[in-house]
Amino acid sequence: MTPEYIYLAFILMLSIFLGFELISKVPATLHTPLMSGSNAISGITLVGALVASGSDMGRLSIILGTLAVIFATINVVGGYLVTNRMLAMFKKKEDVRK
Amino acid sequence: MITVINLVYILSAFLFAMGLKLLSSPATARKGNLLSALGMFLAVVVTLFDQNIIDYRYIAAGVLVGSVIGIVAARIVAMTAMPEMGALLNGFGGIASLLVGWAEYLNNPAVPAFIGTTIFLAVLIGGVTFSGSLVAWAKLKEISFGSFRIGKPILFRGQQFVNSLLLLAILVAGILYLADPAASGNAFLVIVALSFILGVMAVVPIGGADMPVVISLLNSYSGMAACAAGFVVSNNILIVAGSLVGASGLILTNIMCKAMNRSLSNVLFSGFGSAVATGGAGAEGEIKPLSVEDAYYLLEAASSVAFVPGYGLAVAQAQHAIKELADLLEANGCEVRFAIHPVAGRMPGHMNVLLAEADVPYDQLIEMEDINPLMETIDVCVVVGANDVVNPAALEDETSPIYGMPIIEVHRSRTTIVIKRSMATGFAGIQNPLFFRDNTRMLFGDAKAVLQSLVAEFKS
Repeated sequence: MTPEYIYLAFILMLSIFLGFELISKVPATLHTPLMSGSNAISGITLVGALVASGSDMGRLSIILGTLAVIFATINVVGGYLVTNRMLAMFKKKEDVRK
Repeated sequence: MITVINLVYILSAFLFAMGLKLLSSPATARKGNLLSALGMFLAVVVTLFDQNIIDYRYIAAGVLVGSVIGIVAARIVAMTAMPEMGALLNGFGGIASLLVGWAEYLNNPAVPAFIGTTIFLAVLIGGVTFSGSLVAWAKLKEISFGSFRIGKPILFRGQQFVNSLLLLAILVAGILYLADPAASGNAFLVIVALSFILGVMAVVPIGGADMPVVISLLNSYSGMAACAAGFVVSNNILIVAGSLVGASGLILTNIMCKAMNRSLSNVLFSGFGSAVATGGAGAEGEIKPLSVEDAYYLLEAASSVAFVPGYGLAVAQAQHAIKELADLLEANGCEVRFAIHPVAGRMPGHMNVLLAEADVPYDQLIEMEDINPLMETIDVCVVVGANDVVNPAALEDETSPIYGMPIIEVHRSRTTIVIKRSMATGFAGIQNPLFFRDNTRMLFGDAKAVLQSLVAEFKS
């Protein structure tokens, strides 16, 4: 393993800890938005897809890359929008009365 | 340029973490989601400036098509259909990881073993996530072909054997591929195909009612697939975001399993619901039915009421009726709360969303651990469309299949009204001794109709 991968593995280890710390603080009330929101974050593959579909190469590779961009975009756009739509429904007592 | 890109990735990672942190309260959650989306936007834009990227046309076309589908889907999906939407989105994330791995392999087949392994993992986990999510989606949709219902656990003889063979084949193909990546185009295709089959085989034996666990687990897989894809293209932001999602999925999976009183391996391998539950003494005693009018008098006199909704409430589309009743009770000077069991609904936290949609304020949504200590102070608990999650056998009867499962302890309140169509058993197929308790009253009828007639009683 080159130092680069050691460094990536380092990031992996720390962010797993960070993930557990942050997410265990999310109340059960918000677990559905948490799931759709983290779903949207997993659409980060879009970034990988952009790299893959852009880098130059064979036709099949371009097709696969473009498909990856489409699926990842659905994940990101759909995930964030539906999470936003859900969270907008959570209101405090005073706000509901208005 | 590389430095700028990486600096922006650091900012994105910060925004993702901040976004999740703000999700710790409903008051700040929306802002958190926007921050997280901003982080994603920045990461994508800056990646577009990456020198590796040449052809913008394909990217633009892909982003356009994906955005249109995403926007339309997010707008039209009904809140009751959120589990299906979650399953599909998981699947799309998975297939995207698989495609990234595949495209990278075609671009640059001769790679060191470590990269080869991460490509293998991105494809395998991505493929399993994709096909598994599609099966989960079909099960949630309760798709059927004639008498064949896909929502039921699908079991056949030799299933374990077939699955072991499948895993072995994947392992062999993986070793062949890693031994000489550049010359193993066929082995690679076999891995792609087998990963799809494995996803299907992994989810078909699981019953529709266990899908909350499966969706949570697939959510975690889609994060892990993104992590693996991050190693493939040496991209740190993929690794950060992927592991955040992986952790979130695992935590939710764990919570769901605990709330259902089952181990993960039990959910994944046992085909629960296919066998008739045995054990558990048949509860005996006298049922005390109640008329709507009597229920009205009970509620009218109560100073503290807790509603315990189950998925049956959503099936009966009674969220708005229950909210109306809650408002009338409050106007009557009564303290109203909603006690939410973790597995109420069909995905983690689903019931909260359904009630929030009906304008129930989130300060009235109380989690199980918080409401149970208050039970003695509650005058009337109204159980609507829930059964197993209020079954005291889980606490008292060691022979019961659900013994040990955490429940909302309504039997400790002063009076419990159970709104139910009939005496039929719940999902677990076991009798509920709650119905025979001295302080329990049964109010038979359709949830929505009963709630509406209670509302009418209050108004007249």
